Amino acid sequence: MSLIDLSGNLLFVAFLAYLVATLLFGGAIKQSNASGKNTDKWGKLAIVVTIIGFLSQIGYFITRWVYTGHAPVSNMFEFTTAFGMFIVGAFILIYFIYRLTALGLVALPVALLIIAYASMFPTEVSPLVPSLQSHWLTIHVITAAMGQSILAISAVAGLIYLLKVVDLNKPSKQRFWLEAVMYCLVVVLGFVIVSSTFSAMDYESKYTYIDKEGMSRQITYNLPPIFGMNEYEVVEEHGMSPLVEMPALINAKKLTTVVWSLLIGSLLYLFIRLIARRRISAIFQPLVKRVNLQLLDEVGYRSVIIGFPVFTLGALIFAMIWAQLAWSRFWGWDPKEVWALITWLFYAAFLHLRLSKGWEGEKSAWLALIGFGIILFNLIAVNLILAGLHSYA
Amino acid sequence: MENIICACGHSNPFGTKLCEKCGRPLTEEEKQNKVVDMRYDGTAIRSKTYNKSIVDKIWNFFSSVKVGIALIIITLIAASIGTLLPQEFYVKASDMEKGAYYEDVYGFVGKIYYTLGLSDLYSSWWFQILVGMLAVSIIVASLDRGIPLYKSLKNQRVKRHESFLKRQRIVAEGQITASPEETLSKVEKKMTEMKYIVRRDGSALLAEKGRFSRYGPYINHVGLIIFLTGVMLRLVPGFYVDESIWVREGETRAITGMDGYFIENRDFILETHDNAPQGEQLKQGVNVVAKNFQTDITLYKQPKDAIAGDTENLEKVRDYSIRVNHPLKEEGYALYQMDYRLNELKQMNFQLVNKSTEQSLGKVGIDLTNPKKEYDLGNGVSVKLLVYTPDFSGFENGVPQTATSVPNNPAFLFKMTTPETPKGETSFVAIKQTLEPLGENQYKMKFESVETRDMSGFTIRKDRTIPILFVGGIIFMIGVAIGSYWNHRRLWLQVEPDGHVLMAAHVNKNMFSMKKDLDAVTAFAGLPQYKDQLEPSEEGEESTNRGNTKKEGDNTL
Amino acid sequence: MSRGFINLEKKKKRLVTRTIILAILAIAIGYTVYGTATKEKVELVAVGSEAPNFTLVDLNGEKHKLSDYRGQGVFLNFWGTWCKPCEKEMPAMNSQYQVFKDLGVQTLAVNIAQTDLEVQNFVDKYDLTFPVVIDKTKSVMTAYNVDNLPATVLIDPDGKVVKITTGEMTEATIASYMELIKPK
Repeated sequence: MSLIDLSGNLLFVAFLAYLVATLLFGGAIKQSNASGKNTDKWGKLAIVVTIIGFLSQIGYFITRWVYTGHAPVSNMFEFTTAFGMFIVGAFILIYFIYRLTALGLVALPVALLIIAYASMFPTEVSPLVPSLQSHWLTIHVITAAMGQSILAISAVAGLIYLLKVVDLNKPSKQRFWLEAVMYCLVVVLGFVIVSSTFSAMDYESKYTYIDKEGMSRQITYNLPPIFGMNEYEVVEEHGMSPLVEMPALINAKKLTTVVWSLLIGSLLYLFIRLIARRRISAIFQPLVKRVNLQLLDEVGYRSVIIGFPVFTLGALIFAMIWAQLAWSRFWGWDPKEVWALITWLFYAAFLHLRLSKGWEGEKSAWLALIGFGIILFNLIAVNLILAGLHSYA
Repeated sequence: MENIICACGHSNPFGTKLCEKCGRPLTEEEKQNKVVDMRYDGTAIRSKTYNKSIVDKIWNFFSSVKVGIALIIITLIAASIGTLLPQEFYVKASDMEKGAYYEDVYGFVGKIYYTLGLSDLYSSWWFQILVGMLAVSIIVASLDRGIPLYKSLKNQRVKRHESFLKRQRIVAEGQITASPEETLSKVEKKMTEMKYIVRRDGSALLAEKGRFSRYGPYINHVGLIIFLTGVMLRLVPGFYVDESIWVREGETRAITGMDGYFIENRDFILETHDNAPQGEQLKQGVNVVAKNFQTDITLYKQPKDAIAGDTENLEKVRDYSIRVNHPLKEEGYALYQMDYRLNELKQMNFQLVNKSTEQSLGKVGIDLTNPKKEYDLGNGVSVKLLVYTPDFSGFENGVPQTATSVPNNPAFLFKMTTPETPKGETSFVAIKQTLEPLGENQYKMKFESVETRDMSGFTIRKDRTIPILFVGGIIFMIGVAIGSYWNHRRLWLQVEPDGHVLMAAHVNKNMFSMKKDLDAVTAFAGLPQYKDQLEPSEEGEESTNRGNTKKEGDNTL
Repeated sequence: MSRGFINLEKKKKRLVTRTIILAILAIAIGYTVYGTATKEKVELVAVGSEAPNFTLVDLNGEKHKLSDYRGQGVFLNFWGTWCKPCEKEMPAMNSQYQVFKDLGVQTLAVNIAQTDLEVQNFVDKYDLTFPVVIDKTKSVMTAYNVDNLPATVLIDPDGKVVKITTGEMTEATIASYMELIKPK
């Protein structure tokens, strides 16, 4: 077995372990009574399996690093996988400070979704262009990912907080938005399902099109085309033809992916609602009814406070050092940079609101969710839509 | 604005919430609260005290945290708008064409975006003013809060009034059986063991740890201000140089912005990864991935007192290979490998050929960097170069013109003299084009080969603000770290001679670990069990109880 | 009474401190906005300052050093053969050179890093009589911060820059400029 195969297998093992651990955490919570500080067998087993998964993923990370010769954070697959790994790491860290089992029930599925999302991108090893060959880049990306992961835990705590606190029996803005968050998670699942299904079928349709600079290019769809590229012509087509042609400004392939994910995600969501006959938030609510709100709030706040300095260091300071070396200026208002700054400003506002305006508890939980939304926006949307120097994919 | 005289006789500045000396609540609001607001230890925030002149009003505006947060949010939204479409400096169009570019590519939206100036948002006056206002807010708000907080913490009394202690989040009250002195000593011992600084005053005790963490926010604000000052200073002449030059292989030229220095481009090297293209590369139609962009250069310096153009006595400074991520650094300047152009024409080789016999009379190699007037091939054969245009753009009144000085499209007017044609024949030779203006010739200049050279684009950067930015960044990080990773813990204990104990504790964050300390000292000294006044009375209450968790002022700046 | 007085003093002091701090910050912001707005304009050497000294070699191999012309006005012209306006103003410069050279105005034409052959052909074509030097390393061009051609720098007999002009000149303008730097 070659190193790269080993690496892939380790990642797979980690994925399975997280899956099993999620179920175990669910079991632990059902078993537990009283405080949510669960130290019984299920809980212990769950964290042990999580740690095994985490170590396995570290194994993936190291073997891939050795194989490629550079830190595996240089394309969308590698970076996003590492992000998932650091989320699990941050969860383990917080778990050992607070022993809060309920956290695992949300943190691990989030990590699972992120890793699954990552593996929808090409996993090939790609060589680095000169500007990326820098130790500072490695340091910058890893530290930034760690900071983001710790910040993500506050969103996890916030979500649990809201699941417990929001009254799901009467209509309210809170109830709507909480369910919207759950819906988004299902859409990501929809993306994973639709992408992996068609990739298992080796689906491909090829077209030529005219890009916004007027150049003729070729594009390969891995999902049946719903939208056609600007002035597309068929090279090789399977299953269906594009229903609508898009102007050059819009990448119809990406739009197709988004619409497929929404479609499948919505169907999945409806299906769950029909089977369970209640909101997804309501399915989870009983699981978290015993958690200690004070403790959750503290965890949420603590993870922001631990994550914020790490994020500043990684996403801003180290980034500036690298940019100064590679691009001759430490700051270039590249979309990815700007969104890192926006993330930073947002969490600065979060801390000021909490400290000076007393925005704690529910308000703080909502803010944590928005913050994580910004982080994900920077990861997904900025890379895919607002392309800049950081465009991986 | 009257001073407030506390029941203990101390005179507090207007706006004080808790008496500076004994801690009694002074405002009605504080008296109502079960748990007091300890954010600034109850000191008067300066801005709230005077509000008379316009200066005070401006000051108070910026002093407000609410205003600060609003500024952060506005900056955040403004910054995000700038990412909707690419900014002008990423657009490959000349200044004149930019407006048209935005309209062409992004349609009506692009036109509006450009017209509103959003395409150059980050250097717009209003964005700069916004950031400037944020800086003012940081300075004013920190001064107003930091100084009183510092004074208050420095002048803390050990003995506090009962009403102060009872309004802390953590309170314990009860009777002890051991002697007061013994209890106090035990607490002192345990707290000292846990690295607290303990002060005693009669029957009162104050144990304190990590006070410096309260200054974290102010320290990081200082760092931010230093950083912003650095950013501003780059506009001051002499602090910042940003130039770019192109240098061809074999060429030596003066470095713009770096007086007295010359650079020779000895060789430009482009290496590619020799792997088979795969995956994403294939999809994007990229066949090779660059591995290395490098220019081997020699840096020269003029001797002292030398003047511009005097290149006779250049002193070699050093040889260096400038690569991406590895700029050349010299005297505060840095030279970056930023761009390249391959295969610019350097030399063109021709054969002088008899048209009918195809027989060659010799080879003429024309160095485009230094073409000669005449090339003598011996035996009465010679080629004169009458006109050379490096970038031929057409004829004007029969004279060939050049568009630039770069040999993009070289053209030559030759006069070929051979023993057969002693008067000489004239031929105009350009790429893929030969004209014989003075009638049919016997001979021609037959194109044979070219030699090329590459060109490197460098950016020259001097940024004397970097050390300032660096210091600002470090101070900021130190401030954030001590504000985040340490916390300020205090424990007050008062033991009456009759064994009545009143204990209170405060921590600015992380109550969780404070409670661990409290548990330890409670057990060790046999203190009454403490109560968390903010915790729901019964832990793990069934209902989705929200009311109890609403609290203010537990987490201190 | 005395307490109130002290308070008043304190208030006054506070007002002064606040005014000073706010004023400094306002100036800093103003400077930043102003500085950014004017950053784009590239300046040649400043008028009134001493013209950077230089030495360049002409087509005959003779050195021309700016400081050697101290006591004479120097009409310093930057040009290239590809630059049409440069080409157009050359004959006019040539004839005005004939008029002013005996009145103490020297003309120097600095070619930007072209080959000897091109420059020689150009000089022959227009029978240029003033010295034409070639700035092979673009060192003088850099020192004078020349960006667009043609650019002309007028230097008075004391070596000070009197005027900088870019773009094509008519013969009358050239004459008036030379008049400007004629030794008194």
